[in-house]
Amino acid sequence: MKILVTVKEVATVEDEFEIEGTEIAEQYLGADLNEWDDYAIEEAVQLQEDGIADEVVTVTIGPEECEQTIRQALAKGADRAVRVWDDSLEGVDLLDVNAKTEILSAVIEEEDPDLVLSGVQAGDDSFAATGVSVAENLGFQWGAVVNHLEHDLDDGIASVRRELEGGVEELTDIELPAVLTIQTGINEPRYASLRGIRQAQKKPMDVKALADIGVDESTIETELELTDMYEPESESDATFWEGSPEETASELGDLLRDKGVAQ
Amino acid sequence: MTDVLAVADHRRGELRDVSYELITAGRQLADETGGDLHLAVISGTVDDFADKLNRDGVDAIHTVDHGEEFNHDVYTQAITQLYDEVAPQYVLTPNSVNGLDYAPAVANELDLPVVTDTIDLDNDGETLVATREMYGGKVETTNRLEGDAVVTIRGAEWPAAEGTGDAAIEAFDAEIDEDAIGSTVNGFEEVGGGDVDISEAELLVSIGRGIEEEENLDLIRDLADALGATLSSSRPIVDNGWLPKNRQVGQSGKVVTPDVYIAIGISGAVQHVAGMKGSDTIVAINTDPNAPIMDIADYAIVDDLFDVVPELIEEFEG
Ligand SMILES: Cc1cc2nc3c(=O)[nH]c(=O)nc-3n(C[C@H](O)[C@H](O)[C@H](O)COP(=O)(O)OP(=O)(O)OC[C@H]3O[C@@H](n4cnc5c(N)ncnc54)[C@H](O)[C@@H]3O)c2cc1C
Repeated sequence: MKILVTVKEVATVEDEFEIEGTEIAEQYLGADLNEWDDYAIEEAVQLQEDGIADEVVTVTIGPEECEQTIRQALAKGADRAVRVWDDSLEGVDLLDVNAKTEILSAVIEEEDPDLVLSGVQAGDDSFAATGVSVAENLGFQWGAVVNHLEHDLDDGIASVRRELEGGVEELTDIELPAVLTIQTGINEPRYASLRGIRQAQKKPMDVKALADIGVDESTIETELELTDMYEPESESDATFWEGSPEETASELGDLLRDKGVAQ
Repeated sequence: MTDVLAVADHRRGELRDVSYELITAGRQLADETGGDLHLAVISGTVDDFADKLNRDGVDAIHTVDHGEEFNHDVYTQAITQLYDEVAPQYVLTPNSVNGLDYAPAVANELDLPVVTDTIDLDNDGETLVATREMYGGKVETTNRLEGDAVVTIRGAEWPAAEGTGDAAIEAFDAEIDEDAIGSTVNGFEEVGGGDVDISEAELLVSIGRGIEEEENLDLIRDLADALGATLSSSRPIVDNGWLPKNRQVGQSGKVVTPDVYIAIGISGAVQHVAGMKGSDTIVAINTDPNAPIMDIADYAIVDDLFDVVPELIEEFEG
């Protein structure tokens, strides 16, 4: 069977940063593979190693700069990558769920996988909605916040656990084809080996514009307009202990003794 | 279209707190749009749920009696049919794990935009301004949206509705196409039991990703020993397999209420805070003075944990 994994390069922010308009100023931003997608990639690669998947393909919406991140996924074992980008996406502050759904659905339709794995959320915009939206759009089944997947996929069924709140897990059977959004902790993502990194350079990466996948610019017009970004007003009325580590530790020590919770 | 249709959350026979918060958020929106607040409660003991949900501000409650527990296909079908019947401007749902398992599907089916995890909502009669966080709570954003939408709200941001309402409670006869149900819930399991119950502890030393390496965890164990404290952690520590699941504090872990909670190298993501905000006194040790944990901390040390923790150990051992 064929597995498709959605991979996103997310923006990371330094501790101290400045905001310019509706963006964080460039110099305070870094880039990384989305934490949740890393687990999704690992799950797909393990399915391949278990002989269940024949091919693992990644799909990314992003500009050329994110190819480094995509290569990480290839270095961990994905076979090939598809990257969608278009001039019309340049300068869009926030690609909303519908726009991502249209783009990813078009690629998935072309690739026709049996299983799509996606991260529960992206660490930057945290919508946590794209996987389920794509599934519904394609008429696939789905499961959100999956933290265990049985690897036999018997009779076209994915038996999963969905992690609910408060330490409760739901045991669910989902018919394939399906989109599962993968929660951290489902596995232990590997580090790419040197060999993997070398091989990744040679793996195919298809770059596609919207027209190539038959998506009209007008259908992805994002409906959500980001109008402001600011640092949350600090509600902190914390007492900040100042001084050397010895001094601050001693303040904390006094507090613990006062409260009678430590010897 | 000015009405609001809000969808209650329940699990294993109990309405979840966020359902009452949803009433408050929904009422506020409906007041702003000049419409009515409709509630939907789907599956389970719907009549009993409807009685409990009948609080101040609810205009109508639609019960969909189908199955015991949450099934996203049933929810999606029932809500889209209710949407046709009620014709609301907004469909409002909790940003719970189950909310996220159907809200995006409902939005897609109805061809509406979806905005998730909102912490504030404002409507001037036409435009919705939704406030949400990005980058793990480092920034807040406002987002404008014209027209109808599906909106999910974060728990514990709106107060729970109180009082007794006089809503019209009506059974809604949703036509559920069983053939379109592609997933089956087979049961539930509690995880995270084991030797220690961190929710019983008076003093918790809790460690997060700031610890960097598994070996460094010994330092925190030493601290817990020196203080006679119980060791807990944020999620990444458990995900890495460095501590067992029963040590995880947060939305998907344990809710704890110790006298003192020392958060070391923990940023204070909303899902973590959900588990520890009820602690009596919160102390944060973090290199980042702007980490979200600072907003709920009572005391803070902005410094490297690898410098502070050894001093603290020494103080109690020495
Ligand atoms: C559906 C869902 C459920 C979740 N459930 C939970 C849950 O139950 N519990 C939970 O905790 N999370 C949960 N999460 C994950 C949550 O969103 C965060 O990713 C997680 O809490 C982050 O953990 P952290 O604070 O340890 O790590 P980070 O966010 O990486 O923070 C590390 C902190 O350490 C500080 N630091 C780094 N080095 C040092 C140093 N040397 N000295 C001092 N400070 C240092 C940094 O400044 C930073 O603030 C859930 C997520 C989702 C999507």
